[in-house]
Order: sequence, then structure tokens, then C-alpha cells
Amino acid sequence: MPDDLATRTRSGPGRLLIAVYAIFAVSATARSAVQLTTHLGRAPLAYLLSALAAVVYIVATVCLARGDLASRRIATISILVELAGVLGVGTWSLVDPAAFPDATVWSDYGQGYGYIPAVLPLLGLWWLRSTSAARRQADAG
Amino acid sequence: MATIGGMIEVLAAVLTYVALAAAVWSAVLVVVNKPIELREWHGLWLYGLVILLELGLLGQLVAGIVKLSTEDRAIETATFVGYLVTTVLVPPVAGFWALLERTRWGPVVMVVGCLTIPVLIIRLRQLWDGHA
Repeated sequence: MPDDLATRTRSGPGRLLIAVYAIFAVSATARSAVQLTTHLGRAPLAYLLSALAAVVYIVATVCLARGDLASRRIATISILVELAGVLGVGTWSLVDPAAFPDATVWSDYGQGYGYIPAVLPLLGLWWLRSTSAARRQADAG
Repeated sequence: MATIGGMIEVLAAVLTYVALAAAVWSAVLVVVNKPIELREWHGLWLYGLVILLELGLLGQLVAGIVKLSTEDRAIETATFVGYLVTTVLVPPVAGFWALLERTRWGPVVMVVGCLTIPVLIIRLRQLWDGHA
């Protein structure tokens, strides 16, 4: 059994979680890079939110993969931002579709990506929580 | 350039099947609770498939760029090339990441990595056909 925090964070289900975060980091980054460089004027709000999503996914991927105490804190914050983003942008895009002439990763709660963007932050928070609980248990025992 | 177009269609179909085969094989490893082990035949065969997939994807990248430059299509070039490049990056990164894991979660990573390939190929097709 892996016993240090960083190894535990990136092992087992964490390995999969980081892989999925990496996929979203790459796709959101590529998407927003294309949008921002080729046609920013078409839907500036949507594209800036896409870029924000890209940054959040990159930070979460890197910090989860590093897995030390400080990285886990940063990962927690970025995942909370991600959760707020997918809920906020998801709701906003449904209430006021005119504000989003083009979709972001978080539009309609991530419908274009099989709703994975809505589920991913919950899984991320759960994983951070369960690995730190395991640490407390190991320390006590 | 009907020949290049036809070749790419066949290649895309073959790559989809190879990716699905690798995903199914990885799923079997998950079910029988084995990590990816290159000293065992089952791990070697899986990575053989993944290398085959990668070679095909590199071929698709080259063919796709050739097709872009020879045919005049009103498609988003940057997005199209972005997807082509992403397909090439997925197998080595997923392969590396999966190999580091010494539990059944390694092949789980390979399942997910392999399944993204057909999705990306479908997106490439949609972009090319112009209803992106």
C-alpha cells in the first residue's frame, strides 16, 4: 500500500481522475486557444469563460498529479472554482442563451461533453476528501 | 484526390476498431484485476495494439494535413489540426500514465484513453463534413 500522501493522491482511482482531468485540460485549452486567436469577437464572453475553464483544468491536473499538501490545497480551490463555474455558467447559459452565441465547456452543465464537466468536480472533491481521511486513519493507527 | 479521401476513410474506420479492441482488452484486464505488465503476454499484446494505433494515428495526421492542403474546404483548419494532433498525443500519454499504476486502475486509464480516440475521430469527421 502506498503510504505517502502524494503517491496516494495519484494512485488507484486518482490515476483515472488525473487522466480525465488531463483530457479536459487539453481539450479546453485547444478549444479556447483556437477560439481566442481566430474569432474572439464572435462570442467574447463564452471564449473567455472557455479560457478560464482551461486554466482551471490545467491547475487541477498538475496539482492532483503532484499530490503534496500544498498542491492538494490548490487543487481543492481550483476544483471548487470548477464546480462554481459549471453550475454558474450552466445555469446562465440556460437562462440567457443569447449571452452565449457559441458554446463553452460548461454550457448547459457540460452537455456537449456528456455532462462529465458537472460530475468531475464532485469526483475530484470526493477523492481529495477520501485520501486525506485515509491519511488521518493511517496516522492514528 | 479521391484516393487520399478514400484511404483516410478506411484508415479512420480501422483506427476506430483498433482503439475499441485495445479498450476491450484493457477492460478485460480490469475485470480480471491485473495491472498492465509488459513482462506478461497480455500487457505486451495490449501495448502492441496501442503502438499499432499510434502509428495509424500518425499516418492519419500526415494524411489529414495533406488532404487539408490539397483540397479547398471551408473548414476551421486550426480546430481540425488540433484534433489530429490530440489523437496522436493520447496513446503515448495514456500508455505512460497507465504503466505507472500497479493496480487494475492502470488498465482503467487505458480504457478511457482508447475510448477518446473514436470520439476524436467522429469529431474530425464532423468537422470535415462541415456540421461541427
